[in-house]
Amino acid sequence: MKLELLGHLILTVAIFGSLFLFVAYAVYFERKVAAKMQNRVGPDRVGWYGLLQPFADILKLLLKEEIIATQATKFVHTLAPAISVIMAFITFAMIPIAEGFYIADINIGMLYMMAVTSIGVYGVTLAGWSSNSKYSLLGSMRASAQMISYELSMGLAVVGVILITQSISVVSIVESQTENILYWNIIRQPLGFLIFWIASFAEANRLPFDLPESEQELVGGFHTEYSSMRFALFFFAEYTHLIVASSILTTVYLGGYQIPFQSFLFPGLDGWWLVSAQILTFILKMCLFVFLFMWVRWTLPRFKYNHLMELGWKYLLPLGLLNVVLTAGWLLIYDGF
Amino acid sequence: MIVDILFYITALVAIISGILVITGKSPVTSALSLVLNFFCIAFIYLMLEAQFLAIIQVIVYAGAIMVLFLFVIMLLNLQDDQTLFEKFDLKKGFAVLLTALFLLEILYILPAGTNSSAGVSFPELGTVEAIGKYLFSEYLYPFEMISVVLLAAVVGAVVVAKKKVD
Repeated sequence: MKLELLGHLILTVAIFGSLFLFVAYAVYFERKVAAKMQNRVGPDRVGWYGLLQPFADILKLLLKEEIIATQATKFVHTLAPAISVIMAFITFAMIPIAEGFYIADINIGMLYMMAVTSIGVYGVTLAGWSSNSKYSLLGSMRASAQMISYELSMGLAVVGVILITQSISVVSIVESQTENILYWNIIRQPLGFLIFWIASFAEANRLPFDLPESEQELVGGFHTEYSSMRFALFFFAEYTHLIVASSILTTVYLGGYQIPFQSFLFPGLDGWWLVSAQILTFILKMCLFVFLFMWVRWTLPRFKYNHLMELGWKYLLPLGLLNVVLTAGWLLIYDGF
Repeated sequence: MIVDILFYITALVAIISGILVITGKSPVTSALSLVLNFFCIAFIYLMLEAQFLAIIQVIVYAGAIMVLFLFVIMLLNLQDDQTLFEKFDLKKGFAVLLTALFLLEILYILPAGTNSSAGVSFPELGTVEAIGKYLFSEYLYPFEMISVVLLAAVVGAVVVAKKKVD
């Protein structure tokens, strides 16, 4: 019992520790991808190919002077970045990275994910309000309106997967896809995947839906009045959202840690080799989505606000409902009762 | 034992945050205290092994309704707290009357709260499956009725909004 607890503790620390590292390098990766697409070199001064750049950035932000606007509400101003980071991080707790390797398997896993995402909105909203600045307030208004709108479509897309799996637990969702590649939910739920994917762009506040921080209009959006470590926390939360959104997409729609054609390619794999291979597969799939997020960011222009709302309410939401009806109907015909 | 301690801490925080909701100087403080209160209640549900109820409490109340509340408060941007205090009229008198009645009800049922069977959890009832089964079999009629009430509310909201637009 004691040993089990210790093992679990080590696993938790290891998972969150590597998540931390991945987030730091996601920033580096983003800058490199952006540089490649714009025919630049990108960060290459600190370390080999600039690989130590994230640490230099963190150190710089830590040592910077902290400035809080005099008219700001101090307590809430301090609380907001903490909410953002914590909510982004704890979503990862229910994602299995290999068979049997997860922090928690709760029987309401997908609902937990939705709950944590909706609480994350507070970080952005409160940051904008407490800064007592017009730009911040406008940014946070946009952010919360956008996140509330797209959360609905996201939830509806997930309903399709839940109907197929007949369970809300994330581990069962992954296990239901392990048969072979045709059982991946991206094949069984293409429409749901598309809706979920588009909605996660909005949830992560990324281009083409990055209106909350559109630089040309709002300086920095909700984090205009933040500096030093608190700004770093928001930055960190943003990239954690990116990694977590990619992980959720991988887990729910791309078979999670499942190795494609495993019985054909690596029939004799077992024990720790299998676990390592599964973790590697998971990371590769996740990185694919991270790259797609970045690719879109440096390719597409920003939406107009009315277009954003139109897409969310007039297209994604009805399509989500259609997806639920189609999935339920298909299950009824295919399975009977 | 540890559950008892956790319960008393949560209950204390819930009561303090509840008091803060009505005594808070700025509307945003009140709203945030209410969010904290909702979390405490969700935690108590969780201790009663009603996970589904707990998570729904967080998603619906803390995650959706209170965000909208904050949104409205921020949009109105009530700077000085004077705007909150209005003159006493018939409507408010009625509200006071209702509140007093509710208080009396609570005082009436309070002795029953010390009954030892009040805090017993039913783990088999807390799951999504169990709640779904009961909702769509035994309680189907009230469940459908509530959905009609909700539909009426949605239609009402649309009608009110449409008047403003036209």
